[in-house]
Amino acid sequence: MTLATDLMTWALYGAFAVVAVAQIMAMIRLWVGPNTGDRILALDTMFINAIGLIVLLGIYQGTRIYFEASLIIAMLGFISTVAYARFVLRGDIIE
Amino acid sequence: MTLETIAVVAIAASLVVGALFTLVAGIGLLKLNGAMPRLHAPTKAGTLGIGAFLMASMIHSWTYDEGSLHELLIMGFLFVTAPVTANFLAKVNIHRRDCDTPPEPPRDDTWSTLLVPVPDQEQDQDQAQGQA
Repeated sequence: MTLATDLMTWALYGAFAVVAVAQIMAMIRLWVGPNTGDRILALDTMFINAIGLIVLLGIYQGTRIYFEASLIIAMLGFISTVAYARFVLRGDIIE
Repeated sequence: MTLETIAVVAIAASLVVGALFTLVAGIGLLKLNGAMPRLHAPTKAGTLGIGAFLMASMIHSWTYDEGSLHELLIMGFLFVTAPVTANFLAKVNIHRRDCDTPPEPPRDDTWSTLLVPVPDQEQDQDQAQGQA
């Protein structure tokens, strides 16, 4: 039992570290990305990784109060990505 | 007792799978060359990683708490919006000509994705008259 709980705790720590590394990788792509599409894609990936970090924090603390925050971040990420893409495609967001 | 051990091992396995997919998404975003290959890595793997994390969260809440299915909402939202986002980004790449452009359409047509928006001429005239 203790071994299994230890396993879960270490998996949680590892997941925190890996998602943080993935977030930094996406940030590097946001910084160097040669095209506009790459930068929008990196921002979208950073949104998704932020949702992952918040979900992991919810598991770590054993609470459910972060659920609404992650849902709102998911919606904001989608809306902002679509807005960026529409602005590049049409030169305007709402025509 | 045994059931809880199985649940805890399942949580650990889900976390490892999610972390693996997230790492693959990050590496693919950095390493692939070309706009369209880079588009393919994070839109699939990132969403699968978040799906595994949310699965771990659900198992955790069913094991240690009274359980919740709220995570399914985030999962469904991400699964629905990921293809839409990928489609929009692919159109952005085609529009900016960062990838192979599609073949020319027949007759004098042009692809709507490659169309560069022209400013509204009537609006410009109105503004010019307003300034004059």
